Amino acid sequence: MSQNPIPVSTADTPFDIERSLSVVDDMLSEARKLGASAAEAGVSVEAGLSVNVRLGEVDTLEHNRDKGLGITVYVGKRKGSASTSDFSPKAIRETVKAACDIARYTEEDEYAGLAAAELMATEIPDLDLYHPWNLNAEQAIVLAQACEASGRESDSRISNSEGASVSSHDGLRIYGNSHGFRGHYLSSRHSLSCTLIGQDEAGMQRDYWYSVSRNPGELESADAVGNKAAERTVARLGARRLETRQVPVIFQAEVARGLLGHLLRALSGGSLYRKASFLLDHLDKQIFPTNVKIDERPHLRGGLGSAPFDNEGVATQAREIVQQGILQSYVLDSYAARRLGMQPTGNAGGVHNLFISHDELGFDDLCRQMGTGLIVTEVMGQGVNTVNGDYSRGASGFWVENGEIQYPVEEITLASTLQEIFKGVQAIADDVDTRGNIYSGSWLIDHMTVAGE
Amino acid sequence: MSAPSLDIAREALLSPYGLAENDLQTVLDQLMGHSIDNADLYFQINRHESWMLEDGIVREGHHGIEQGVGVRAVSGEKTGFAYSDEIMLPALTEAADAARAIARSGRQGTVQAWQQRAGQRLYVPVDPLSSLDADQKITLLRELDAEARRQDPRVKQVVVSLAGSHEVVMVAASDGTLAADVRPLVRMNVSVIAEQGDRREQGSAGGGGRIDYSYFQQQDHGLEYAQEAVRQALLNLEAVPAPAGSMPVVLGPGWPGVLLHEAVGHGLEGDFNRKGSSAFSGRIGEQVASPLCTIVDDGTLPDRRGSLNMDDEGTSTQQTVLIENGILKGYMQDKLNASLMGQAPTGNGRRESYAHLPMPRMTNTYMMAGEQDPEEIIASVDKGLYAVNFGGGQVDITSGKFVFSTSEAYLIEKGKVTRPVKGATLIGNGPEVMTRVSMVGNDLALDRGVGVCGKEGQSVPVGVGQPTLKIDSITVGGTA
Repeated sequence: MSQNPIPVSTADTPFDIERSLSVVDDMLSEARKLGASAAEAGVSVEAGLSVNVRLGEVDTLEHNRDKGLGITVYVGKRKGSASTSDFSPKAIRETVKAACDIARYTEEDEYAGLAAAELMATEIPDLDLYHPWNLNAEQAIVLAQACEASGRESDSRISNSEGASVSSHDGLRIYGNSHGFRGHYLSSRHSLSCTLIGQDEAGMQRDYWYSVSRNPGELESADAVGNKAAERTVARLGARRLETRQVPVIFQAEVARGLLGHLLRALSGGSLYRKASFLLDHLDKQIFPTNVKIDERPHLRGGLGSAPFDNEGVATQAREIVQQGILQSYVLDSYAARRLGMQPTGNAGGVHNLFISHDELGFDDLCRQMGTGLIVTEVMGQGVNTVNGDYSRGASGFWVENGEIQYPVEEITLASTLQEIFKGVQAIADDVDTRGNIYSGSWLIDHMTVAGE
Repeated sequence: MSAPSLDIAREALLSPYGLAENDLQTVLDQLMGHSIDNADLYFQINRHESWMLEDGIVREGHHGIEQGVGVRAVSGEKTGFAYSDEIMLPALTEAADAARAIARSGRQGTVQAWQQRAGQRLYVPVDPLSSLDADQKITLLRELDAEARRQDPRVKQVVVSLAGSHEVVMVAASDGTLAADVRPLVRMNVSVIAEQGDRREQGSAGGGGRIDYSYFQQQDHGLEYAQEAVRQALLNLEAVPAPAGSMPVVLGPGWPGVLLHEAVGHGLEGDFNRKGSSAFSGRIGEQVASPLCTIVDDGTLPDRRGSLNMDDEGTSTQQTVLIENGILKGYMQDKLNASLMGQAPTGNGRRESYAHLPMPRMTNTYMMAGEQDPEEIIASVDKGLYAVNFGGGQVDITSGKFVFSTSEAYLIEKGKVTRPVKGATLIGNGPEVMTRVSMVGNDLALDRGVGVCGKEGQSVPVGVGQPTLKIDSITVGGTA
């Protein structure tokens, strides 16, 4: 339907875009030949390098080159899918045939099919996602060495290291379907990380820091990443346990993002139509305090979650999910939308840059507002139940009195329900963590159960 | 490694691409000519499929093929790695050039002549995908759906999945290793939602192994998953809030062995110990668990999900004693870490695929049976928790802190199992918790074949097991 407005060029990328586009065309025409009434195909190609340096020496140097193609066919209301990493004409034919063979055995599903043609993206905006980094292995090693050295030298309690890593990857994504939609875009992702070990009489502690961006120019410096890793590691030394009690809790920004991840799972179409969500039938209901707003911004320039179209070719668009604490919308692909009698929201494959509003206060203000309580900097384990909202996870962090950090804590659990956690948000600080597709500051929650000694 | 596996691997991985073993020798020679100590080539083809039934209809099926070759060059502690999804000599040569860039100085290595050894045969080299035809797979899915719905009218949703893979791998290494393995793996899972009034709860169960699909038809194995999933969901409808605080916990047999995987297993992987980053580093010969605990990692159990005839470096798997009567005996090793630590490889060098580097990983990790009657163990607890099923776990190997989360647990009151409680996370310090194991049952059981272990972004299938055991004190993360 749409012709991609970005000129197809192979001059400045390691990817053969034309070949990949023709692979999609070949798959779709093969599917038609084999009797599919509708089909969709995707190709992804990725190339890059990652290096890990430990104690100043190269630990691993990896060259990555991955590609994959997938096809889904519909024979009437029956569906089949197949994938391969082999782009040869023979493999493509066999893969399409495998998908069609499966569709002979799957059963009629009245909701099966492509997303509606009128929902397809009609233009592919340039979202500034592609910034290749001309970094060779030697340069990556030097950068990682600098990062680790900064961290190790910054504090004498740093006793060991798991190393510093630099990774740089570029990718091409193509999607096409039998509506005639073809879309593709290039993207890049670069990161710098450092994991250090500190030691005192009580034992060892480990922590890390990382920076990630689509644009290598926007990465934190090697020094900053190494120093932050060291600072976080030594801050954990001498951790104590807490007595079992109810306390107010601050989820530091990077773990607060996890809470929004649980929200998304409960709002996803698959959880809803399976009645496996505690937010079933919660549209237009209050799920957060009235000052909380959550929205999705798929076209954020350079955003790690940005995408011009979703995994079904549906145009992504900015929208509100929670307004004044009230749930406005679910997170749906076309299948779930049909099951629920709703419209798809451009979320096949996930959300694209989710933002939660914050208050006009910094992290220190948030600690002062809490007074006495717990800052959580790490959560462990899988104790989150999306069906009923039950939440019970391992945690570590810091104990706060009168707004000041007193000592690190570890080997405790935190329990509540997601319903109570969301309703109990007292304030959100402006220290927004931007290292993913969920953007959040730190949350202050009125109370949770801490179990320890 | 046994001749038939090697023949199957040549047929699947070399012949179609015009490669022969002397080509592999040439690539290894080329690698070793550049101051590399060790090098290996890992060829893999993995054909896999999955089927899913939901709302009473089989609505999805998927078929996939991944294949490629990974090239690794090792120089001292340095590893260079590249891979290609094209199994052809030019791609192989290119990957070798990239991998060997790691070495800038050092001695010139040599390639040993191939040494073929008699291999293990712990599972049949079948292709499970063709063990049932498509109609039979559909029928099996439907049977489990009907069985789940038949159990109770409160069952509102049933999802049944069937998955299988047929993997052929071949390793050619500069140390003379030329070995292959044909690895079937199947898995079925049933997950249900039960509803009562406003309350909805889930239950799930599954199993599998290095077998073919007929296993699920035999002795009602598949039907049992459906019954078990429903039983758990209905039980959860009655569950009361779990307690909060430190208390005695009795763990049931089988899958609760995830305790050992997290509290002990990861901390005893060779790489962490070579680097000194594990809470168990440098503690061989020390008492790290109660004398009742003998824990092994065993890749040689027939047909088990975590078993392998050889690891992904061509080393035969074995039973490795990790802890014997509470004393730390040994680590799990791959070739690199074993050599750097002056130890022998233990057949634990595993990788997710040709596109990932091998590292020390668990196979089937379990605790040997003790002497106590499980009833006696429960009766010994005045007030505590009896946990018989778990979701998953996680560990920080440096601080030793680990968690695992219950999916089926009960209160123990005055020596009796009473009410079911909601899911709760248990947290402890590995080396400490193991010293508090005060009773070990005579009922060793292994899990049903559902475990997946993640490490540094790589997933591999594993198994766990244990007898009923009592931990005198561990933190339970409930709300009550």
